[in-house]
Amino acid sequence: MDYFAQQLINGLVLGSIYGLIAIGYTMVYGIVGMINFAHGDIFMIGGFIALISFLVLVSFGLTAVPVILLIVLLISMTMTALYGWTVERIAYRPLRHSFRLAPMLSAIGMSFVLTNFSQVAQGARVKPVPPIITGGYTLHEGSGGFIVQLSNIQIVVVITTVVLLAIFTWLVSRTRLGRDMRACEQDQTMAALLGVDVDHTISMTFVIGAALAAVAGMMYLLYYGLVDFFMGFVAGIKAFTAAVLGGIGSLPGAMLGGLLIGLIETLWSAYFSVEYKDVAAFSILIVVLIFLPTGLLGRPEVEKV
Amino acid sequence: MTAPTSKQQPPQSALNPGFILKKAVISAAVAFVLFSLMIGLRTEAGPTGELIYWTRFGDLAAMVATVFVGSIAIELLRYWWGPVGTDRFVPPAVRNGIATAGRFIAPALLGFTLLVPVIFYDQRYILDLGILVLTYVMLGWGLNVVVGLAGLLDLGYVAFYAVGAYSYALLATSFDLSFWVCLPLAGILAALWGVLLGFPVLRLRGDYLAIVTLAFGEIIRLVIINWQSLTGGPNGVSGIPRPTLFGIPLTAGDDGLAAKLGIEYSPTHRIVFLFYLILALALLTNWVTIRLRRLPIGRAWEALREDEVACRALGINTTTTKLTAFATGAMFGGFAGAFFATRQGFISPESFTFQESALVLAIVVLGGMGSQLGVALSALAMIGGFELFRGLDQYRMLVFGLAMVLIMIWRPRGIIGHRAPTIYLKQSQAISSDLVKEGHG
Repeated sequence: MDYFAQQLINGLVLGSIYGLIAIGYTMVYGIVGMINFAHGDIFMIGGFIALISFLVLVSFGLTAVPVILLIVLLISMTMTALYGWTVERIAYRPLRHSFRLAPMLSAIGMSFVLTNFSQVAQGARVKPVPPIITGGYTLHEGSGGFIVQLSNIQIVVVITTVVLLAIFTWLVSRTRLGRDMRACEQDQTMAALLGVDVDHTISMTFVIGAALAAVAGMMYLLYYGLVDFFMGFVAGIKAFTAAVLGGIGSLPGAMLGGLLIGLIETLWSAYFSVEYKDVAAFSILIVVLIFLPTGLLGRPEVEKV
Repeated sequence: MTAPTSKQQPPQSALNPGFILKKAVISAAVAFVLFSLMIGLRTEAGPTGELIYWTRFGDLAAMVATVFVGSIAIELLRYWWGPVGTDRFVPPAVRNGIATAGRFIAPALLGFTLLVPVIFYDQRYILDLGILVLTYVMLGWGLNVVVGLAGLLDLGYVAFYAVGAYSYALLATSFDLSFWVCLPLAGILAALWGVLLGFPVLRLRGDYLAIVTLAFGEIIRLVIINWQSLTGGPNGVSGIPRPTLFGIPLTAGDDGLAAKLGIEYSPTHRIVFLFYLILALALLTNWVTIRLRRLPIGRAWEALREDEVACRALGINTTTTKLTAFATGAMFGGFAGAFFATRQGFISPESFTFQESALVLAIVVLGGMGSQLGVALSALAMIGGFELFRGLDQYRMLVFGLAMVLIMIWRPRGIIGHRAPTIYLKQSQAISSDLVKEGHG
């Protein structure tokens, strides 16, 4: 039971990270109707920027951990958001009205560009960082000597996720931008007729998605203590699985899917085999798409001619 | 040649230096922010395991300057070239000339390919490169059935390549079966996997299908890595038997081909044999594809690519149509995999990564989906290009990705448009892509 509880905690933390990435997929899919294949790499870039800005801040002599983390978070979110904006501007916007495979292929190309850009720019080796947030709480000490722990970093990850989600939900449901986004999701032509700047709204969607992915990248860096240029690929597919599981296009669904994927992956590793954890996650994607194509919270897609 | 070409067309709008400069400055500013940390600073794990960093402001400045100049260059090019999508006037004489030349490209290319082992007999490197190119031509043609004809985006094609390679490797090493027995088996097994995967997922829409096939490709790779007792895991399978000429080995021994023909043995014989083997396999793929295209099933594939809803309305069973395309493509992937295994003599999961899938897909897409000649040419350009830039190993995937994006923007239908390649050479598109995309409101 204790072992299970511990895995539950670990799974929820991992799931928060996946959920943050999944939101980017689901938002873009909802509005533009394409899979932003490069989103996993945006997450990776976010991790790298967090790492580099962290190093710089430390070498400038900053020591207060909360201050550093806040600044790193802001830098990472801003710069990664700019990456998201640039990717959309260069690779997707010119293809808005092209044939249906074109944006997908362009996105795959962009994913290669980002992966190999960071490999060339920062080297192929894994970048480790020392634990930045240490310590934690012992929740329960079992009879067998097994300790259920909640580390501070896990708390930070979960709280950051919750706060960001609150801000994000407010943004989508209460602001002008959010209203524009929802309008574009329903009908781009109509939204444009009613005075919504569709291009700008789509750009902002990418910017917000990338900013959230940057947070995920930073949390990943803090939680696992490393980044490498290839981490975006697998994380990206898993987050996409999460988005599909939750119902693509649905924002709460993305978060729910993320948590579920995190839990499934952790529990699978804990009880079955670590080697096959990715196989499990990918199989879930296939199974969900076959039996539940609209996901848990998604709306059925109406086929229009 | 006095006829006006696109270059002399009057521009639609006047050149506006202020606008171009402003755009370039903005691009440079964005590039500065993007690259400031990623290029301006370089991190690396130091000797004690702690991360250290050093600055590279020179590189950063160079990159920003490149973006600035590049942005101006692009704007000027755009001004000079006119808006994207304009129909350019090409005089009929030129068009006919190109059409006639185009008709001779394929036979000329085929004739040259047949002669390659004769011309370059002493140059092992060129022969090896030729084999590699032909392998990708075959993979491209195989995937072309799925992507180019049926319009199903398959991101996991390498899975079938892997199934074929491992089928041959395992059958040959554990049961001592010959290459010629294993080759059809490898194809059948790959096709079987294609059907197995295809059955449940082919109901999915385009992009979902892409992701599922990608996941499937990864699953196959991960299973190969982890199922050590069968596949040898990351160490791969080695000692895969070389192919024989219908039972006659190409070795130096007394029963070898050289001894039987009474000529002096040379290791090049095997290379030449492999060259013609893959050429024959590739041509088989091409021939089957061309034949299938004229059959109802091939027509159904192409109809499916253009409009799935209309297909269903016309009573075409979309599931079986997709399934046959998927299985046919997978089968050719399996053949190519078996060839790959016998050529290398050693296979490991590293050869079957997503990059490989993307490379084959890029060959198909850049060649112009559906065009057999285009696929062959783009395989030649791509693999040849990769070889040319071998020294710049880490940059080539970067360039590859960029090329994919740029070609999608410049020519979404590929370098050579599908079906009737030469018609599209000097024209942007005969059919507007808006008209042929799937109807999704």
